[in-house]
Amino acid sequence: MMDFLDRQHSVARLGYSRWMVPPAALAVHLCIGQVYAFSVFNKPMSQLIGITAPAPGDWSIPALGWIFSLAIVVLGLSAAFGGAWVERVGPRRAMFTAALLFGGGLVIASAGVALHQLWLVYLGYGVVGGCGLGIGYISPVSTLIKWFPDRPGLATGCAIMGFGGGALIGAPLAVSLMKHYSSAASTGVAPTMLTMGIIYLCFMMIGPAIVRVPARGWMPAGYVPPTSADEAKKMVTIHNVTADAAIKTRQFWLLWWVLCLNVTAGIGVLGQASLMIQEMFPLRFPHDTPVAVAASAAAAGGFVGLLSIFNMIGRISWASSSDYLGRKNTYAIFFSLGAVLYALVPWTGKTHNLALFIIFYLIILSMYGGGFATIPAYLKDIFGSIQVGAIHGRLLTAWAAAGVFGPVLVNYIRQFQLDRGVPKADAYSVTMYIMAVLLAIGFLCNFAMTPLHERHHAKLSEVEALA
Amino acid sequence: MQQQQSSGGSNTGLRVALAWAVVLIPLLWGVYNTILNVAKLFS
Repeated sequence: MMDFLDRQHSVARLGYSRWMVPPAALAVHLCIGQVYAFSVFNKPMSQLIGITAPAPGDWSIPALGWIFSLAIVVLGLSAAFGGAWVERVGPRRAMFTAALLFGGGLVIASAGVALHQLWLVYLGYGVVGGCGLGIGYISPVSTLIKWFPDRPGLATGCAIMGFGGGALIGAPLAVSLMKHYSSAASTGVAPTMLTMGIIYLCFMMIGPAIVRVPARGWMPAGYVPPTSADEAKKMVTIHNVTADAAIKTRQFWLLWWVLCLNVTAGIGVLGQASLMIQEMFPLRFPHDTPVAVAASAAAAGGFVGLLSIFNMIGRISWASSSDYLGRKNTYAIFFSLGAVLYALVPWTGKTHNLALFIIFYLIILSMYGGGFATIPAYLKDIFGSIQVGAIHGRLLTAWAAAGVFGPVLVNYIRQFQLDRGVPKADAYSVTMYIMAVLLAIGFLCNFAMTPLHERHHAKLSEVEALA
Repeated sequence: MQQQQSSGGSNTGLRVALAWAVVLIPLLWGVYNTILNVAKLFS
């Protein structure tokens, strides 16, 4: 009945432009990127009974924080376990499924909010929506790489830029809808989630509607595939490796650490950026009167918004530059420049140099986004394109690990420093130095990357079966 | 097999432009809203 979703019915006909594929991918990623803006629901969801302030029986903020964490963990797991399925069924069915799961997850979560059943919100947004996140995240990667063998970084950067941009849409959309639906008796969260579920379900369907896979053997005009000479010189393979074989290689685990360390360094700071800038620059963000507190929080919110924009810009700019710089060189820049900037951040606080603090963090966050967006092309260079989506899915477990490790590192070290009597303005110094060390370790992991030994290469019969 | 996507002419170009517009308009709306917040940092 749903045959039109199959890979064989998705092959591009004459006249189809490959430039239709990035918007198809963006339609999915712009929606699932909403997960980064989920925190806008936290405060109103903690006041569902009290409406204007938390009341007995209302959900606590830590309990609500688990919704986001659960969604990210399930994203990693579903990408890891669903990657091979996505490769088999093709992008159309995968995007269609992701839309149903993510949109449906929001609808289930809205029912959980309406019935005041937190487990239903966990199940809806965290588990069902999280599966939609994982499947949706990897669904266009392999197809983009096959359409753009000449510019894989640009192509995957386009899609993954959408995931960064999703928060920029999701936050104001949720705020506007909650304002529209709220009343003296309701915070408006349940109808907002229901509306967003329907909007995202419809918008994500643009993906399966316009995405196509290239016909077998298709190549863009003028494209010269890499030769065995390029393989050694530029570390771009002409062979293919299956997902099962890839995870048994040293290179896969080096890249796992490359992604994990790059994400750990960025994600912890992203979550604490608002608090950090206020505590490191108390003169610029005063807290002496209620008006000053509100103004400082608004200005710090502006800083977080600026970070989100650079996170998004970094995804497309670094990933597309990596097509010229090479993936290994691009990550070498991320890790070396990132380590230096992190080590210098405490100095900006001590010298009250807010402008440099902001510039340093914008560069750091651009490289955080760039790390996400460049990794699919790096995988394609090392393992070939035949199962790059499935390999990418398995590598995303590094994101799930970093999603737990990064914030814990920043929060606990800050608290440890404060408990020892360190002033708030200096409480982040140790964390910054630890981040610099983590990035230095990432530099070494990236430096150790070498082309794969030929024993890992898939046999021609395996490639034929998977193509 | 080469350049499967080359033929189709202006009709293809229009479809591509429409597809990009559909995804870029909400993205630009989101960026615009974020920039309004960013302005508070510099005020």
